[in-house]
Amino acid sequence: MEIKIALAGNPNCGKTTLFNELTGSTQYVGNWPGVTVEKKDGLLKGHKDVIIQDLPGIYSLSPYTLEEKVSRRYLVQEQPDVILNIIDGTNIERNLYLTTQLIEVGIPVVLAINMMDLVDARGDEIDLSKLSAALGCPVYKISALKGEGCLAAAEAALRIAKAHKAPKELPHVFTGSVEHTLAHIEESIADLVDSRTLRWYSVKVFERDKDITDGMAISPELLRHLDLHIQDCEQEMDDDAESIIINQRYEYIEKIVAETVHKKEAKHALTTSDKIDRIVTNRFLALPIFVVIMTIMYYISVTTVGTWATDWTNDVFFGEIVTDAANGFLESIAAPDWLSSLIVDGIIGGVGTVLGFVPQILLIFFFMSLLEDSGYMARVAFIMDRIFRKFGLSGKSFIPVLIGTGCGVPAIMAARTIEEQRDRRMTIMLATFIPCSAKTEIIGMVTAVFFPDSVFVAPAMYFMGIAIIILGGIALKKTKFFAGEPAPFVMELPAYHIPSFKGVLIHMWERARGFIIKAGTIIFSVCVIIWFLQAFNTSLEMVEDVEQSMLAGIGNTFAWIFSPLGLGDWKNTVAVISAFMAKEQAVGTLGILAGADPENEEAVFKGIAAMFTPLTAFTYMVLNLFDPPCLVAMAATAREMGEKKWAALAIGFQCMIGYGLAFVVYNLGGWAFYGTPFGIMQGIACVLIAVALYFILRPAAPYRKTVPAAQGAD
Amino acid sequence: MTLNEVAIGGLCKVTRLTGSGALKRRIMDMGITKGTEIKVVKIAPLGDPMELNVRGYDLSVRKNEAATVEVEPL
Repeated sequence: MEIKIALAGNPNCGKTTLFNELTGSTQYVGNWPGVTVEKKDGLLKGHKDVIIQDLPGIYSLSPYTLEEKVSRRYLVQEQPDVILNIIDGTNIERNLYLTTQLIEVGIPVVLAINMMDLVDARGDEIDLSKLSAALGCPVYKISALKGEGCLAAAEAALRIAKAHKAPKELPHVFTGSVEHTLAHIEESIADLVDSRTLRWYSVKVFERDKDITDGMAISPELLRHLDLHIQDCEQEMDDDAESIIINQRYEYIEKIVAETVHKKEAKHALTTSDKIDRIVTNRFLALPIFVVIMTIMYYISVTTVGTWATDWTNDVFFGEIVTDAANGFLESIAAPDWLSSLIVDGIIGGVGTVLGFVPQILLIFFFMSLLEDSGYMARVAFIMDRIFRKFGLSGKSFIPVLIGTGCGVPAIMAARTIEEQRDRRMTIMLATFIPCSAKTEIIGMVTAVFFPDSVFVAPAMYFMGIAIIILGGIALKKTKFFAGEPAPFVMELPAYHIPSFKGVLIHMWERARGFIIKAGTIIFSVCVIIWFLQAFNTSLEMVEDVEQSMLAGIGNTFAWIFSPLGLGDWKNTVAVISAFMAKEQAVGTLGILAGADPENEEAVFKGIAAMFTPLTAFTYMVLNLFDPPCLVAMAATAREMGEKKWAALAIGFQCMIGYGLAFVVYNLGGWAFYGTPFGIMQGIACVLIAVALYFILRPAAPYRKTVPAAQGAD
Repeated sequence: MTLNEVAIGGLCKVTRLTGSGALKRRIMDMGITKGTEIKVVKIAPLGDPMELNVRGYDLSVRKNEAATVEVEPL
């Protein structure tokens, strides 16, 4: 029979390291049903029938955050056979708080005290047998980073799971009238729930946790009756029920910690982390240090090594080696023209371009994992929060925007570090407005062809991107989708760790793998379709001239959409559509449409110059900078947003911003600089600006104050 | 006085929590309960949030959140 071990613990307690240590390479990463909280499974090393289920890192089992709700729903409803609760031995008091909640769920708990090497190095002592006796569950010492004791703890959990013994008597966490009221609740609901979970449910009834009581078969009369008792208790303790429970948990923990843990250093003594933070989050040095770290990361992963790797993959690996091999093979089997064209132009050309970004993405994720695992990322949020809060985001939103200057896809995925669902979604919607490296190619081309003397076009586009992010943030925050109290920024600043190289690599690969698989499949299909459309006419004959292809027909069909932007010619339209698929396609497509030899830059530029006026070229650039970045980014957005409704909202919002801006730029620009008379279009442009200003300046949408932060999430 | 008014380096003890809902629960879950000793470690370079030392670890809260924690200096 299959045995399930649930791995639970606080964030930053080394849970991921332990998980990697216990499961080796058998992990499966997905999402919990219906929500974008990561779900990881793996088989315990040496056991084919033991599944380790990694729960999200949580501090509590409260009903307020998505991760906590997901975890408790899993524990109570799926009833794993045993919980392996990992505890940071250097931060034992707060870590045991979750433990006091886990042992009430009615599943046997095994404690694994992690970072014992650090505890020993500090000279602290933890009396394991006393701790075990007090909490009523076995306690093991481990060091996940060094791989010490991990399997022993897991084997112990396995033995307990196999024994099927009910947990021993629960520790006496609550006292006085609280325990009295809880006992009364237990008596009243004993017939409604499994006896093992009785304590859990009675505490939840006491806390008036609606998320749980709504799912119980408890009658409203009984609830009302119990509420009277709870109110009595609240009056006696002069506090609300939820706080009474938390207070007693911590009082209980303080008591057992005093008996079992002996710290060498005095309270509030400076730790190594504090000393590092004296410099890293110093008043004057924090921002310069941050800029230096980001510059190095960006310089290596985007500007230098990343670009070399990407160029090599595109030009040499896919451009020569793979293409030559494929050509040689196709010739040797005398493949028909259409097949060669499909494979070389369609699949290798298209998928190759996307896979060319893999080295950059791997590098960015490598640095991200390094920053995160070391503990620096929390400091970035700490430093930047003040700025980002001003427009409805938190300090954690800064990283995705920064990565977005390289590539939007990892930027969207980097938003995963933001726990609060609402902030995460808003960050995803906004982060890609910063010009990515593919968009800068368009900026470069338009500037080179039409505004060669102007030095401010490119910087202006970056400032415009930042402005859109800020104004967009302000406007979105005021809509009913994002309105609400700002999510609390009560965030742990974890102790600095030297990350393990293996851990960083696993972390990096976990993130990049998703990109490669999803992007690969979607881009593959699109490449085949686009290739088909541009190579064939409607009678399914291969065409020599693109003008006769289905793609030209499609361009003409959709030209009306873009004619208000001055891009009504089918070639312009096709250029817009192909850039919509991938921005790096824009220049190439324009080259093909110009009918020029792609090797001859001057001819390409001339051809492009003939297709646009300076105004329409500028409009084309604005449209491309502010509509959704590319298909891959849209796919990533859709996946990270979780629900179709949210994905549609995000992508629709980006399309609207891109189109609206381009509309305003073309029509008002023509009127201001090129002598177009002020007409209906200009009027509509003015209305658009007024509407945008309304959304930015209006008062925020009303919201109920009591709505828990994560409720809109599921 | 409230927690946001404590000077950098100052020690204090929690007397009352005036917040509600998710914020109050979060603050308490993180270990700031009645009677807890808190040291204010520093303020972020741009003036907000603040860094606290609670129950042996470092915690960051915004000033307006700290304002819901009533304390007495130690």
